[in-house]
Amino acid sequence: MKKSVYINSVGSVSPQNTLDNSVFLDEIVNYEDTTLAVISPNYKEFIPPAAARRMAKGIKMSTASAKTALSEAQIEESAVDAIIVGTGLGCIGDSEKFIKDIIDNDEQYLTPTRFIQSSHNTVAGQIALGMGCKGHNFTYVHSSSSFESSLLDAKMQLEENEAKHILVGGVDELVDHHENTHRFIGHIKKTPVHTNALLTSKSKGAVFSEGANFFLLSNEKTNSVYSQLIALKTFNTIALERIESLATDFLSENNLSIKDIDLIVMGNNGDIEFDAYYDELSNNIFKETPQAYYKHLSGEFDTASAFGFWLANKILKNQNIPKAVQMNSIQPEKLQTILLYNQYRGENQSFVLLKGC
Amino acid sequence: MSALKLELKEKIIEQLNLEDLSVEEISDSEPLFGEGLGLDSIDALELIVMLDKDYGIKLADPKEGRKIFESIDTMAAYIEANKS
Repeated sequence: MKKSVYINSVGSVSPQNTLDNSVFLDEIVNYEDTTLAVISPNYKEFIPPAAARRMAKGIKMSTASAKTALSEAQIEESAVDAIIVGTGLGCIGDSEKFIKDIIDNDEQYLTPTRFIQSSHNTVAGQIALGMGCKGHNFTYVHSSSSFESSLLDAKMQLEENEAKHILVGGVDELVDHHENTHRFIGHIKKTPVHTNALLTSKSKGAVFSEGANFFLLSNEKTNSVYSQLIALKTFNTIALERIESLATDFLSENNLSIKDIDLIVMGNNGDIEFDAYYDELSNNIFKETPQAYYKHLSGEFDTASAFGFWLANKILKNQNIPKAVQMNSIQPEKLQTILLYNQYRGENQSFVLLKGC
Repeated sequence: MSALKLELKEKIIEQLNLEDLSVEEISDSEPLFGEGLGLDSIDALELIVMLDKDYGIKLADPKEGRKIFESIDTMAAYIEANKS
């Protein structure tokens, strides 16, 4: 018999004050920009200075986030059986610097530090080194479903009892060349957008950002439990006209219907070219369902859906939907079942189903 | 020589990401590895590349590095004697 999978703790480094788990979006940090950076924690509280000096921003964000999650779950680091990380671009900053060094120095004088951090799996590796975790260590790189791929791996291992506790996270960093490239191809909004005006911006592109969101998933509850991971499904592409039927199919496969969903959390990023997927659901089959969104707070990046996952978990644990994330005025009678839906530019779409504990 | 020592300290801080240190905190005679600045083997590789790139000095035998990189004093003396 398959075991149940629980999200026992969370850790989030984002453009909002999210690392302190004793508060939940009490004060929203408003921005008016086309890109957002994370609010950097005091990394010295999480990483010895000697180790931190060689760490890329993505590694530092992830370490702070992962350690926060482990601390909240109150389990020994040695109890973690596996570390699974999703990332769209890994530590892209050091990749860029390494390639620049190759070009600038005519393929000579290459040093190890930037090379070490220029691979996608550096984050999972560095967290494991810091914890002394010699278990399964895997990194999924699949654009905007990288985090969901990590979740799926963890879910299957926990259900089959191949592991008891797995640290799962999503991380991406925003750096110069990456930003410039996406600005050039029009994937970043041309004019600044206020946090509160993302959905009414009526312009192409998204507000780009970065972040690290980590979770301890286990096949047993701890005292800090947030939710139960019921199901998830990813799709490479979905035709707009099929999104409603696929959403209802996903619910049916889990013996649920639209009316069983207490809240739908969606990844709208204010891009007029692609928010139609979200509108299709929110204006039709889920129009009577309480709706929430989060990319006005987190910004858009390949693993932004991990912030959405963080949000849904916090909502279930706190039994409260912060006003800043409410997309419509419908209030839930209860907060027990949450459906998450995300896509980026019409691709790498995902549904995730969470249930309160 | 003192200008070279100052330059070396600045380069070490920048290239080894010792952001929390200032040049004033690195003494000329303090050991760079072990108990002093606490540099490690990856830093040694960075310093070997720095000697080659910035001063045109190639270390034929990396074991030489142990004496050369002992302190700022020994590095500066070696560079003065060998720079191209």
